[in-house]
Amino acid sequence: MKTIRHLLVACFCLLLAPQPARAAEGGIDVAEIVFGHIEDAYEWHITDIGKTSVSIPLPVIVKSSTGWHVFSSKRLSEGAEYEGLYIAREGDHAKQIVERNAAGEEVRPLDISITKNVLALFINSAILVAIMLGCARWYKRHEVSEGAPKGGVGMIEATVLYIHDDVIKACVGPQYRRYAPYLLTAFFFILVNNLMGLVPFFPGGANVTGNIAITIVLALFTFVLTNVSGSKEYWKDIFWPDVPTWLKVPVPLMPLIEFIGVFTKPFTLAMRLFANLMAGHAGILSIVCVIFITAQLGAGICASMSLIAVIFGIFLNALEVLVAFIQAYVFTLLSAIFIGMAHPETDLKKN
Amino acid sequence: MGLLTPNPGLLFWMVICFGTVFYVLARFAFPAIIGAVDKRKKYIDSSLEAARQANERLQQVKSEAEALMAQARQQQTAMLKEAAATRDRIIADARGRAREEAQKALDETRHQIAAEKESAISDIRRQVAVLSVDVAEKILRKELSKDQEQLDFVNRMIAEVESNNKIE
Repeated sequence: MKTIRHLLVACFCLLLAPQPARAAEGGIDVAEIVFGHIEDAYEWHITDIGKTSVSIPLPVIVKSSTGWHVFSSKRLSEGAEYEGLYIAREGDHAKQIVERNAAGEEVRPLDISITKNVLALFINSAILVAIMLGCARWYKRHEVSEGAPKGGVGMIEATVLYIHDDVIKACVGPQYRRYAPYLLTAFFFILVNNLMGLVPFFPGGANVTGNIAITIVLALFTFVLTNVSGSKEYWKDIFWPDVPTWLKVPVPLMPLIEFIGVFTKPFTLAMRLFANLMAGHAGILSIVCVIFITAQLGAGICASMSLIAVIFGIFLNALEVLVAFIQAYVFTLLSAIFIGMAHPETDLKKN
Repeated sequence: MGLLTPNPGLLFWMVICFGTVFYVLARFAFPAIIGAVDKRKKYIDSSLEAARQANERLQQVKSEAEALMAQARQQQTAMLKEAAATRDRIIADARGRAREEAQKALDETRHQIAAEKESAISDIRRQVAVLSVDVAEKILRKELSKDQEQLDFVNRMIAEVESNNKIE
């Protein structure tokens, strides 16, 4: 057990190392592998056969100082430069497309390339829309008297109802109907992206919901919906909460805290989802990497460690399936609670 | 790319993607699913209500049928009772009439017998009288064949009459 712990510690040390650290003996760069997976990329790397890497080149769409550029990311492979654009190796913009300005500094052009995460986003969105519309079509094709759906449609229906009744209806309050479509979309969007991220091969495996940009957009949707729909009482609770007056005047301590809370709520939403999913991907990959790290330590160690790594990997994968659901659920639940909190007057009426 | 710095390109595509998915699902998928489930809920409720009503109606019909049956049974009993009474009455009537008839016949017979007896007796009486007269004639004729005996007879007769008068 000690060796495992040492290896795990080593693994996580490698992960945490700010600079890519090469494993001395074998040349397996765990940090490179893990971060290469967790981060976005201009191509979709599938596997390596021998020395050649098999990957899907994706379109680069960039508006630089010389105008719009649209080309395949293949032209930028191996650090090549194309139309004044290249992928920076280090610095602030490492692994991102940059151009040089007049002063010779690397600057980021407007970059809306179809990266790996964007393509995964497209695929997952298409899958989600297909599943849901297929589900909706079932209801059009069947009369009410034919009873409840079975199989896949039944599963989707049960999940939709679970979220709709137990989360949205329970947390948002009486005006839940207005927010149900958004919350359901958020739940299934996160769930599908989480689960697709666990599929180890194309078109899955992209770390979409473990990317801060994705979770920030989701959180922003909740933020906007919460504050735009917020009632007068909600704003009153923020700027003039029911606390002793000395907490409000002359130093607006509580209003300040409440006001900061308006922003921390969506921020925690984004960070929670991002951190959980990112950590899950990193964890699974690190465990798998144990096999390759121990390959240099001899057949016996490698075999036993591989066994442990596989068992642990299976466990982690199962855990991540659970996490995929839980994180989607938690995001939806908290969004519903925040929206419900933006309508405190309905609660007062109820009481 | 730093892990914590959101990539503007990804933000842009995410907004578009999520917006589109949200629009499509919120417009076509979730209302359809929720609506269908609500409709089914209503359908089930109405079915239950209909079943309850049907059950109630069935119960009502059953009790009606039972009442009808009870009434019919009552009527049957009444009719049977009436029929029995009628029968008894008819039998009693018949019996009474028969008795009357029999009585009448008996009486008639008795009368007839009495009359017959009467006539037979009178007949016998007459014949006995005739016979006794005949016998008396024959005896007298034999007795009065001699004069002495005729005289004796007359005397005895007178004596008899005299004794009868004395007694009176």
